[in-house]
Amino acid sequence: MIQILNLTKDYDSLRAVDQINFNINEGEIIGFLGPNGAGKSTTLKMMTSFLPPTDGNVIVDDLNIYDNSKEIRKLIGYLPESNPLYMEMTVYEYLEFVSKAREIPESKFKSVLKKTIEKTGLASVISKPISTLSKGYKQRVGLAQAIIHDPKIIILDEPTSGLDPNQIVEIRELIKELGKEKTLIISSHILQEVQAVCDRIVIINKGKIVADGSTEELKAGFKGRNRLHINFIGNANIVDEIPEKIPGTKISSLEKKDMSSEVIVEYSSDSDFRPEIYQWIKSTDIILLEMRREHVSLEEVFHSLTLEGGDSNEI
Amino acid sequence: MRYSMLIAKKEIKSFFDSPAGYVTLAFFLILTGWFFANPLFLIGQADLRTMFNVVPIIYIFFIPAITMGLISKEKSSGTYETLATFPINDSEIVMGKFFASVGIIAFGLLFTFVHLITILILGKNVDFGQFISGYFGLLLLGSVYSAIGIFGSSLSKNQIVSFLISLIIVIFFYLIQQLVIFLPQFLSAFFQYISTGYHFSNLSRGVIDTRDLIYFFSLIYGFLFLSTKIMESRKW
Ligand SMILES: Nc1ncnc2c1ncn2[C@@H]1O[C@H](COP(=O)(O)OP(=O)(O)O)[C@@H](O)[C@H]1O
Ligand SMILES: [Mg+2]
Repeated sequence: MIQILNLTKDYDSLRAVDQINFNINEGEIIGFLGPNGAGKSTTLKMMTSFLPPTDGNVIVDDLNIYDNSKEIRKLIGYLPESNPLYMEMTVYEYLEFVSKAREIPESKFKSVLKKTIEKTGLASVISKPISTLSKGYKQRVGLAQAIIHDPKIIILDEPTSGLDPNQIVEIRELIKELGKEKTLIISSHILQEVQAVCDRIVIINKGKIVADGSTEELKAGFKGRNRLHINFIGNANIVDEIPEKIPGTKISSLEKKDMSSEVIVEYSSDSDFRPEIYQWIKSTDIILLEMRREHVSLEEVFHSLTLEGGDSNEI
Repeated sequence: MRYSMLIAKKEIKSFFDSPAGYVTLAFFLILTGWFFANPLFLIGQADLRTMFNVVPIIYIFFIPAITMGLISKEKSSGTYETLATFPINDSEIVMGKFFASVGIIAFGLLFTFVHLITILILGKNVDFGQFISGYFGLLLLGSVYSAIGIFGSSLSKNQIVSFLISLIIVIFFYLIQQLVIFLPQFLSAFFQYISTGYHFSNLSRGVIDTRDLIYFFSLIYGFLFLSTKIMESRKW
């Protein structure tokens, strides 16, 4: 339904989004995950036609953001990261303004408003000025703004950031509810956030997509990438020869301590090099203290993918 | 156009919802009243020319004050992002802001009709042709300054900066005419042509000339066009 093709954005000399590609199917709930500054908001701003891309395209059905920006905007409901609202307006006034901007016929406004405030739980504050609302309620107003025109695609940029735990649970429930009938894209820099509601997770780091798959796929894909922790006493530099002696392995880290050293050896998903490594250790004069294969959680996937200089492109 | 009216309505409503709006408008009325009443009491003289001389000067501060927040506030608060992702063009947003400013000015001008009534009560003659064309001129002049104000507002996220930019441009267009006498002839004709005062003076004398109209409309179009380009560039 949505194709993101080679999408790229430069801010002057900074490349914030670097030739990213991914597709979103109808009805999917996508978590767009990445640390701060990864390029999430920039990507979403290009998808919503707020920012023109430096290169690449976004295609929605058979529309593209260069020639059909207006039509695409009609299909999308968007909640920007900062949840900007007209603070001096009441909730009612604001939603009335939005519904006009969204071309909802006046005759339908009443029923649309009723449905929207039911979904977002705004009934009790409908005539209050937005400036007087709590952060959680402001977020609901932002959500109401994004869904009032019943869009096929809903894009929420960090919808729960800055909320307290109770508010987060409430907003998450709302989002889950919305996800039942819509194509939903939610960005976050917190893994649990997207894990809780999304079918699929796209991870972005430094402007590049570093992983894309269902929560299960990402877990499995990474578990297969074995990490063998080897704790030993002896000349630490000798481990450099492991990748030469045993093709298919590589050293992901080496930590030298006073007494012992720890090396982490990584190898691809479908092989088990433990016997070879054990043989190699026997052939040297290092003393093995511990050898342990690591169980990797999705959280760790996220961390390792987004670590400074991490090997992200191998997945 | 429909969107422009929607945005204009929102701005006018928010202007009249805020104390700052009322204060600005009150200042406008008090100042015009004061300048108008002074000669009336001092030398028993009052006519439309007083209005037509005084309002353009008050405009210099009044209009940048009205327009300063129109776009800059949407940028600083981030609401421009929501607005621009509605199916609305930047040009429609800019036009809406412009209409809002012109609407508020028209409202202010409407109140100065009290002065006209004073003149009538005093039994002086009022040339209705001059009245109509002069007020039309004031509205056009206000529209030009509004377009300049929108332009200033599109240049900065900061209202005060926007105000100062607009103020400087408006003063430039206003003062040019005063500089004309210091300039060599070939320049003076040009500077006279680009000064707002020169074109307004024709209208305030009751002369409606297409050349003046073209001048006013080109300036309006030019500044609104530039504002739209700035907003479309998203580099702000
Ligand atoms: N308007 C802008 N001008 C210049 N740099 C920007 C702008 N917006 C974002 N950036 C930079 O682009 C990078 C990506 O930002 P952003 O898309 O906001 O990331 P995220 O939403 O993932 O935190 C960051 O390094 C950020 O500093
Ligand atoms: Mg962001």
